[in-house]
Amino acid sequence: MPTKSTRNIALRLGAVAVGMFGFGFALVPLYDVMCKVLGISRETIVTQSQLDPDAAQADMSRTVTMQFLANKNDGMAWEFRPSQFEMDVNPGAMNNTTFYVRNPAHRAMIAQAVPSVSPPEAAPFLHKTECFCFRQQTLAGGEALDMPLQFVVDQALPKKIRTITLSYTLFDVTTMAAAPDQRVGFRN
Amino acid sequence: MGADHHGPAKGLTRWLFTTNHKDIGSMYLWFSFAMFLLGGSFALVIRSELFQPGLQLVRPEFFNQMTTMHGLVMVFGAIMPAWVGLANWMVPLMIGAPDMALPRMNNWSFWILPFAFTMLSLTFFMDGGAPNFGWTFYAPLSTTYAPPSVTYFIFAVHLMGMSSIMGSINIIATIMNMRAPGMTYMKMPMFVWTWFITAFLLIAVMPVLAGAVTMMLFDIHFGTSFFSAAGGGDPVLFQHVFWFFGHPEVYIMILPAFGVVSEVLPTFSRKPLFGYSSMVYATASIAFLSFVVWAHHMYTVGMPIAGELFFMYATMLIAVPTGVKVFNWISTMFRGSMTFETPMLFAIAFIILFTIGGLSGVMLSLAPLDFQYQDTYFVVAHFHYVLVQGALFSIYCGVYYWLPKWTGHMYDETLAKTHFWMTFIGVNTAFFPMHFVGLAGMPRRIPDYSLQFADFNMLSSIGAFITGFSQLIFVVVLLKCIKGGKSATDQVWDGAQGLEWTVPSPAPYHTFTIPPQVR
Repeated sequence: MPTKSTRNIALRLGAVAVGMFGFGFALVPLYDVMCKVLGISRETIVTQSQLDPDAAQADMSRTVTMQFLANKNDGMAWEFRPSQFEMDVNPGAMNNTTFYVRNPAHRAMIAQAVPSVSPPEAAPFLHKTECFCFRQQTLAGGEALDMPLQFVVDQALPKKIRTITLSYTLFDVTTMAAAPDQRVGFRN
Repeated sequence: MGADHHGPAKGLTRWLFTTNHKDIGSMYLWFSFAMFLLGGSFALVIRSELFQPGLQLVRPEFFNQMTTMHGLVMVFGAIMPAWVGLANWMVPLMIGAPDMALPRMNNWSFWILPFAFTMLSLTFFMDGGAPNFGWTFYAPLSTTYAPPSVTYFIFAVHLMGMSSIMGSINIIATIMNMRAPGMTYMKMPMFVWTWFITAFLLIAVMPVLAGAVTMMLFDIHFGTSFFSAAGGGDPVLFQHVFWFFGHPEVYIMILPAFGVVSEVLPTFSRKPLFGYSSMVYATASIAFLSFVVWAHHMYTVGMPIAGELFFMYATMLIAVPTGVKVFNWISTMFRGSMTFETPMLFAIAFIILFTIGGLSGVMLSLAPLDFQYQDTYFVVAHFHYVLVQGALFSIYCGVYYWLPKWTGHMYDETLAKTHFWMTFIGVNTAFFPMHFVGLAGMPRRIPDYSLQFADFNMLSSIGAFITGFSQLIFVVVLLKCIKGGKSATDQVWDGAQGLEWTVPSPAPYHTFTIPPQVR
């Protein structure tokens, strides 16, 4: 039998190991927290920015070029493109645009768009008040749609940033949404 | 404690049920050597394919399985168990303990390993083949696009993790509780110190690896989206979790090497180790820093500049304690009456070649330059210099150093020196040209390459084959030494200091049943 003190050491170290296993999982929320603290806006599909009323005063003396990109994840069959590739906006002013999607398949499919902003420093200053990326999109076979996007560029946007690129990647989540135990996009 | 408790049991059950640290240490070492030959044969498949440009021998899919399995088997099957084996054999002997603190758990932590690696190897025969996503198993390659065998890989990693954690708990408990009277912490041999710190690293990061593969398991089978952007997850998160484990892991493989070299150099220089306490503090600093540098593996994921700078400076800081160690080793040899037996040759080669690997590491730590080096053969050259010429060389160094104590016979010095020189020539021929093709832009993990890399690749392949077949010389040395040879004295080497040299050669089945008194 190990001595009492050996048993104590073993139990404590075992507890550390269990704790570190938990820490591995804690890294998942920590990752989001760290990104926020460090000012790296890691946009997730649920992000809906709170708009500061002061920022909503349009600054007509300054324009920022917004560029829109539409990407499809590997194997995604939908047509997906911005209806407008570029627009000049005034910080503080509300802007509207749309992205066009069409499902060419013969069956209904569900898609999820994931945004990304470049340069990353601009991300905290881009407020999306309405976005198709906030929820999954279901289209019947052959159906097409102009998906709305409404956003404001914050007045506090650093002066050196003149162009912001907003890129969306469209993922096919049909199997994931239908049967959660199915592997996404798994092809053998 | 019965009176019949003098010798080992007979037959197979001796090995299955043994709780003796020497038996378990030997099993770990044999197992790791078998895995070393297996992983080495995968390396030779890779180098055969890369002997010439174009696809000659294997399909690209199989090539990917080879690079993945080579890495996994060498890291988790060869290097790590070899260190645990050396710790099992030597830590109790060096601190004057009769055995490990938790002998039954010791048995268990070894016997998990053969099952883990059997499971991992069986994936070759499954539908879709073995894991093919690289030993770093980045998601989504290892989740969305993985072969079905990935589940077996995940469970194999779980088993390896449990084995390492139990082994580490045992080593820490042994060192804390079973030191001979008078052996204070700052009197412990350096090998014991480095293993003590390594064991803490293992307990801290192996569970994180287990967490990473568990998240993969959930993503693959239970519809979660930890690493899937479509569901709100992030593949970059995988890299953070993996390298939070992965960077301390590389120190887990190299810190005990520092310990072995710090034992061997004083013996053959006939001088005490220079700067013992600075060695201890340097080891602890390296271990601490290893937790805050992980993202230097991911400079190209799109980190903000502040992040790149933090990880760059923190990484370069590691060169300071490492430099302390290298200069201490050189100072240990300075004006010593040196002799060059095989362990000493491996130790000196370690210092020179590991330093080359360390310096290419400093080059890689520079974030702006890393954008060019990322995923090229320069990285392959770097980590083979630190893991082969670093960790493997010092394992051989330790094995030759303590072999006479284990077997009771001196090994064949001529043959051992031949083994050393052939390996030395082989590994440098194999890995040095990789620096050049890497800087010129040859990507890693690719079965074919452009013509301008042909000559250097042919050279690397020749070096790899020299290295591979030279290890057969070691098999001969080992078998000869077990069967017979000149009897070893208790002290074995005339400059050797420490408790392990006070017991008879070969070390009896039970040692230090009465604790020795240290000064």
